[in-house]
Amino acid sequence: MRLVWQAGALALALALQTTLNTLVVESAGLDFVLIAVVYLALTSGPTTGVVAGSVAGLVQDALSTGVMGIGALSKTLVGFLAGRLGTQFILTAALPRFVIYLGATVLHAVLFMGLYTLLGLRDFPSPYAAVAGQAVGNAVVGVVGLQILEGLPGFLARRRSERPLRR
Amino acid sequence: MALADIKQRPGLVLGVAVVFHVVLISTQVNTASGLPILQSVTFGAFAEVQRLVMGTLGGFQDAWAGYVSLRGVRAENAALRQEIQSLQVRLQEERAVARQSDDLRQLLELRERAALETTAAEIIAAGASPEFRSVTIDKGTSHRVETDMAVISPAGVVGRVIQASGRASKVQLLIDRNAAAGALIERSRAQGVVLGFGGDGLRMDYVPGTADVKPGDLVVTSGIDGIYPKGFVIGVVDTVDRGTGTYHEIWVRAAVDFSRLEEVLVVLTPPPGREALDGMPQP
Repeated sequence: MRLVWQAGALALALALQTTLNTLVVESAGLDFVLIAVVYLALTSGPTTGVVAGSVAGLVQDALSTGVMGIGALSKTLVGFLAGRLGTQFILTAALPRFVIYLGATVLHAVLFMGLYTLLGLRDFPSPYAAVAGQAVGNAVVGVVGLQILEGLPGFLARRRSERPLRR
Repeated sequence: MALADIKQRPGLVLGVAVVFHVVLISTQVNTASGLPILQSVTFGAFAEVQRLVMGTLGGFQDAWAGYVSLRGVRAENAALRQEIQSLQVRLQEERAVARQSDDLRQLLELRERAALETTAAEIIAAGASPEFRSVTIDKGTSHRVETDMAVISPAGVVGRVIQASGRASKVQLLIDRNAAAGALIERSRAQGVVLGFGGDGLRMDYVPGTADVKPGDLVVTSGIDGIYPKGFVIGVVDTVDRGTGTYHEIWVRAAVDFSRLEEVLVVLTPPPGREALDGMPQP
């Protein structure tokens, strides 16, 4: 069940990435897949982070025009590190999660752009502003999303428990 | 390995995933030379493996060749030693042949210089008696060799044929006590007769005491004896003793080393005046 939930989260992220990102928030350059990977790594550990990063990154690479594997490798490493941090520290508060998302995005950008540059496949002139914007956007969306996802079951439970009293 | 075990090994999963992605990237990206990175890296890595394997095998082969395979070296050594001995013998034979060739070449040069008809002969035996200095040569009447023919060598006059058979002849050496030859001092043209004494030296008689003779003068044949052609070297004046008589007492060192004779030339052409001498009554 947990595995299905994790796969569903990744599928949702990919769906959002391929729809919302182009239509609504293109300028923000949000990476919903990266947000989902970090979320799964923080909540389920480094192994899940590695698997999620590999699979989601491969699908994302396959759907893009880039080289298969570069995005996946970047997300795999980010997923592993996020999972490690999630198991080593208590990251339930919003600020640490924000920092984690910021760091994960920057690391992903460094790895992704660094690999492309290293292989001579593509140049990224002055990417700092774009990366910073993406990091903030990812962090905000990730923290809010996490709060929603974590608070949603409790909210629903409370809603269910309040209904009989009204009657 | 169960799924739970895998989840407990994130490092292993990460390693597998990273390798997988790197390989995947390498299949798509080309190097500067145009080859896919995977192919280039694989080739480079495999080349290193090959180098390592070949180095190991080479070391093993060296060790095998240097130590284990040395079992047969002893026998090979013995065989090579035998071959060296055989070659040393062969070398000596070749040296002998070379020396012989050199002697023959000198003989040939002499023949050309002499402008006489000659035949080369090899000494096949020494004299039977120490009292008589003679040798036997391998040419006889079948080679047109006759008695009283002169025998010479590159160094000088050797002697004369005193007996000829079909395929061999006996040669009286000039140093024999019964041998004699007409001679003259080349420098002063003083004439005389060279006589053998049985030893290695010669004596020149009948040279007038007034003649100019001194040690070191060359003594050559005069040709008046009807046997030896004129102008061939007999030897060098060793000592000159005026004495009390009419003639010089001259000792001559022979030009030919009679103890080392191996090949000689027999002069087939009779010297001028031989016919006249042949017509005279024999003593």
